[in-house]
Amino acid sequence: MTDLSLHRGISAHRIGAMILRYWYLLLSSWPRLLELLYWPALQVITWGFIQYYIAQNASFFARAGGTLIGAVILWDILFRGQLGFSISFLEEMWARNLGNLMMSPLRPIEFLLSLTVMSLIRLAIGIIPMTLLALIFFHFNVYSLGLPLIAFFCNLIFTSWSVGIFVSGLVLRNGLGAESIVWTLMFAIMPLACIYYPVSVLPVWLQYVAWALPPTYVFEGMRALLIENSFRTDLMLEALAINACLLAASFWAFLALLRSAKMHGSLLSSGE
Amino acid sequence: MTGNDNASSRPTVADGISSAAIEVDRLVKVYKQTRAVDGISFSLPRGSITGLLGGNGAGKTTTIAMIMGLVLPTSGRVRVLGHQMPDESAEVLGRMNFESPYVDMPMRLTVRQNLTIFGKLYAVKGLADRIAKLADELDLNDFIDRANGKLSAGQKTRVALAKALINQPELLLLDEPTASLDPDTADWVRAHLERYRKDNNASILLASHNMLEVERLCDRVIIMKRGRIEDDDTPDAIMARYNRTTLEEVFLDVARGRANGAEEAAR
Repeated sequence: MTDLSLHRGISAHRIGAMILRYWYLLLSSWPRLLELLYWPALQVITWGFIQYYIAQNASFFARAGGTLIGAVILWDILFRGQLGFSISFLEEMWARNLGNLMMSPLRPIEFLLSLTVMSLIRLAIGIIPMTLLALIFFHFNVYSLGLPLIAFFCNLIFTSWSVGIFVSGLVLRNGLGAESIVWTLMFAIMPLACIYYPVSVLPVWLQYVAWALPPTYVFEGMRALLIENSFRTDLMLEALAINACLLAASFWAFLALLRSAKMHGSLLSSGE
Repeated sequence: MTGNDNASSRPTVADGISSAAIEVDRLVKVYKQTRAVDGISFSLPRGSITGLLGGNGAGKTTTIAMIMGLVLPTSGRVRVLGHQMPDESAEVLGRMNFESPYVDMPMRLTVRQNLTIFGKLYAVKGLADRIAKLADELDLNDFIDRANGKLSAGQKTRVALAKALINQPELLLLDEPTASLDPDTADWVRAHLERYRKDNNASILLASHNMLEVERLCDRVIIMKRGRIEDDDTPDAIMARYNRTTLEEVFLDVARGRANGAEEAAR
């Protein structure tokens, strides 16, 4: 992974090898597999009952059926998409295997692409059962959102990858001492992404910050769809444009951090 | 003889020698105020085994890391198998490999799974046959389907060596290849490396603290101290120059800054 250039071709063979590596890893530990299911299931059940209770006691929430539980599912796509990406990366740090990969013909872009695929696989394992629980227990069918769900999903997963790429670069540069950022950075976005409330709730100056984050557009779009039955294409396109910038910026940051790690010799001591 | 004397008498990259496995030209690495590597130059011919000796902090690991492209030099150049590193690393990474005690193979994957993944990363043709051959040669068959984390230190070293040889590299970089091995396993590993070099005309650069290992394996020794090359010659020539019978004695002379044995005798 010493070649930082982009002009050479990407090898599907090498990406496939890395996906196989993470697949073997996933199957080698049933507690880790169970953990992928555990937290999303716990989230949806807790928030499902909260929504159920509120809907019985507030007419607005009775009308706006599913906004809370829908928000929980979409938030989990965002959060677990990033974790799925970052944990696969951290596995290499924990296993002290990064040196082997760095010295192999694997290129940074191929490494990152394999992490995005693993993020989707890990997400599917956690989120699909979660949506089925929401359907069975709370009669909320997220798939009934139809095509807009694809737009929501794509925008959220792109944001999660941007954050995942950036924090992976930070860990690469600073070692496992920076690991806590992997687990916490997304929570810094949480209050500003307006998951459970509209952007209008925020002070005006903070609204500008909120609108700089693609997830804000998704959660506003979800509320518009569930409450007003209107799909806001404009919001999705704006989110997509910001996501394109974020992905490019995070990839550039990853390469810069990798280069900095090589300048400072951090790759030789990737511990704490 | 000092590193600078040696550097000036040896060919540099500018001379355009393309038959070398590794060409290091006036390589410098500075970390903040520390000059970890201080203007070293050497050229290793293909098919040779060279030992890189030096105490802790001598600059061996940093030098190897710069050759591999894991550390970027502050100045100077490295060419590997005729290609500039790290700019042309894509041309050579598939033709070289390495083993180091500072990296591990993934613990929860079996030996076969690990070798399969690295074989695919290196685009090894006939991978199943290659793994079977390595398993026979390195005696891995008894534990090839066991998780790497459940192996003994000696077994792990053999697996790491199998990974380093999976792509039949033209150039092998080894950092302490027999560290923490019992004498029998260490001897066995050394014999295998000798055989591999002979059969494949491979080049090996070996950093080690084990002087007997270097004496046995290497046709050339580079001794480093404080980031500079202190001496560079065949093991016999170096021992003769220092009037010593073992490389260990030479190593101690260099590490402790003593005048060489010949000078001591003359005094």
